[in-house]
Amino acid sequence: MRNSHIKLLATACIGIAIIFNACKPKNVGDAVSSDAAAKAYVAPGKYDQFYNFVSGGFSGQMSVYGLPSGRLLRVIPVFSVDPEKGWGYSEETKPMLNTSHGIVPWDDLHHTELSQTNGEIDGRWVFGNANNTPRVARIDLKTFRTAEIIELPNSSGNHSSPFITENTEYVVAGTRFSVPPDNVNGDVPINSYKKNFKGTISFISVGKEDGNMDIGFQIQCPGVNFDLSHTGKGVSSGWFFFSCYNTEQANTLLEVNASQRDKDFIMAVNWKKAEEYIKAGKGRKQAVKYAHNKWNEKTHSATSDIKTEVTVLDAKDFKDLCYFIPCPKSPHGCDVDPSGEYIVGSGKLAALIPVFSFTKLQKAIAAKDYAGDYDGIPVVKYESALYGEVKKPGLGPLHTEFDGKGNAYTTMFVSSEVVKWNIKDLKVLDRAPTYYSVGHLCIPGGDTKKPNAKYLIAYNKITKDRYLPTGPELAQSAQLYDISGDKMQLILDFPTIGEPHYAQAVSADVIKNNSVKFFKIEENAHPFVSKGEGETKVVRNGNRVDINMTCIRSHFSPDNIEGIKAGDEVYFHVTNLEQDWDVPHGFAIKGANNAELLIMPGETQTLKWVAEKAGMFPFYCTDFCSALHQEMQGYLRVSPAGSNTPLMFSTGKNMPAVEATAPAADKK
Amino acid sequence: MKKLMFLGLLSVFLYACGGSNANEAASKSASTTPDASNPSYDPNRGEGKFKSVDISGSLDATMAEAGSKIYAVKCGSCHKITEEKLVGPGWKGVTSRHQAPWILNFITNTDEMLNKDPKAQAQLEICLVRMPNQNLADTDARSLLEFMRKNDGVK
Repeated sequence: MRNSHIKLLATACIGIAIIFNACKPKNVGDAVSSDAAAKAYVAPGKYDQFYNFVSGGFSGQMSVYGLPSGRLLRVIPVFSVDPEKGWGYSEETKPMLNTSHGIVPWDDLHHTELSQTNGEIDGRWVFGNANNTPRVARIDLKTFRTAEIIELPNSSGNHSSPFITENTEYVVAGTRFSVPPDNVNGDVPINSYKKNFKGTISFISVGKEDGNMDIGFQIQCPGVNFDLSHTGKGVSSGWFFFSCYNTEQANTLLEVNASQRDKDFIMAVNWKKAEEYIKAGKGRKQAVKYAHNKWNEKTHSATSDIKTEVTVLDAKDFKDLCYFIPCPKSPHGCDVDPSGEYIVGSGKLAALIPVFSFTKLQKAIAAKDYAGDYDGIPVVKYESALYGEVKKPGLGPLHTEFDGKGNAYTTMFVSSEVVKWNIKDLKVLDRAPTYYSVGHLCIPGGDTKKPNAKYLIAYNKITKDRYLPTGPELAQSAQLYDISGDKMQLILDFPTIGEPHYAQAVSADVIKNNSVKFFKIEENAHPFVSKGEGETKVVRNGNRVDINMTCIRSHFSPDNIEGIKAGDEVYFHVTNLEQDWDVPHGFAIKGANNAELLIMPGETQTLKWVAEKAGMFPFYCTDFCSALHQEMQGYLRVSPAGSNTPLMFSTGKNMPAVEATAPAADKK
Repeated sequence: MKKLMFLGLLSVFLYACGGSNANEAASKSASTTPDASNPSYDPNRGEGKFKSVDISGSLDATMAEAGSKIYAVKCGSCHKITEEKLVGPGWKGVTSRHQAPWILNFITNTDEMLNKDPKAQAQLEICLVRMPNQNLADTDARSLLEFMRKNDGVK
């Protein structure tokens, strides 16, 4: 029965594909084979094999999908406010979005990177970058929550980030826009770019145990656009590689003016050497201002500190720190194979893919086999670092991932395909069409030492006719390919949130057993926690009123509050007393100018609410919690400013004692 | 006073333990036919790790005091210590309505008991809110029992 359905479905897909064939890449007709549905099928109640952490792009968030089903499991709020979860609206979460520019409620999250130990994914954290107001976030995979956000000084457009070293010693962040450094006057003519603009890359240290981020050091480089990056590993341990474009140093119409040179660069950075210079005190202290925000799981609150100093190394002052490798035509992806020997540069406008050899690069450096220098940084001769070129791979190569079996997979934006090629002989082995205009791709562990190459996911920029029309704006899509055989096989399309750029995936076993189910109420150290209804209270201090409230299936305590006056600033500190998995309670009150709270079991969260005018303001639980969820509600009475309604609060006691009709409120 | 021993049918029956994951638990509805007809199920003991409980004739005041604190945080929202039903039944008399192992199993293995135990299910039909599993440690559960005993007049 199921098989015949699948066949019918496959036939229908092929039929539709033929109808639309006119504007598609070749061989669309056989893009989906008859067993595709079975391969992507995960039965109800069964777990997926992989977690897929997908950047949300301009949504500012990170989404989590299960593979191979393509089911959306969670959207983790990171850089953008999320009223659904109270992220950026509750008093506790507001500091997470603080920056040197104040609270920034939105950003553009481009890349995700899972933490590694010995070059393998360890499942502890996933990092994300903010592209607009430069920041890096660390998400804790025990709670799937943003645990930390650090801002980056001397940067603008944090694009080549948050890629990490083999043991998560550092997360890097290279600026896309070169800008005048933060400690000099930025009020200069834009066309003084060559003189005044600098490109900074940051090495953010990550605490081995606690993951705490700190800017270890920055390297100030010539003014170019840094684009993407990847760590060296194995033979290239201790090195990091950054692609850069606009070596023309154009400041206007980059579309044309940054595409003039035949070759731009991949910058190789010896970060172990940089560490030595920093230790030896060779760094220059620079006054800056940046925010460092941390979430505390015990107080269930965030703090934001403004830091004021960073240590900078000037690349041109250290002859053995940075090297430029010429790379054809505005390289985008900069990807290192599992052995660490091969560095693949993807020139967006190039008709070939250059593959560089780390061993040859080292020899060239040792022999000073340079073509010259660029703003004081040695430029290694192209041929001296080149292992070989993949000829005619397709149009518009962007990104490459690896399967650990000697093959590389590169996305072709312009020709809408994924191309599989062999690293050793540089021969193209297979091509698979994408629908359409593929950007990033992901193989589980595909940028680590140990890929788990069962699937490949392509993230497409354009979907056009792939889904039911939804007006001018359409979902962007992911496409899942089975790559366990010689040929890539398309098995599933699924829509994504925002705009996915890079994504990473890992076997579910690495993460799922560490998941926190609830927070222990005994360990809750929130200053306004109520550990039990006996501790609930309402305290007035001038026009500030703090309400320490609890919730449990299915009532709030207190649920009748009187004596609030117009103009009061009311803080609802709601503690969820539940100690069981999957029982959050929501809290919403009429007229709130911010959002709801969604309080996890054992947690306390605070909603600020200003009493604007006298009247009756109901509040209720928003997250269906039990058969009596619809009874989970309460009233807050607001009296006019200056009235003498006594402050009262109760649960289950405020029964009618007197015939009281409005406006008897202030009779007493 | 004589030392009372609440004995479950300890070595006679083997219970399937573990295995039941969250998915399966969630898929079992409260209306599943109870195991009352199953002769291997002891309705006085319930389902869970507690088979027998050592209980002294006199109150362990320290344990009861600890239980009182846990009650305030984890139980008091829904249970009064009088006979009055709030969300769940009042606790007055609970130690004479149920045997000690049943109480300990119910408060530590709540979901399975609600899915299986006839007395727990009858109570659910009255209260309509499934008792939350408050993830009590074994010692916490035992302290709560002592607090219940104190509430029922044991000195």
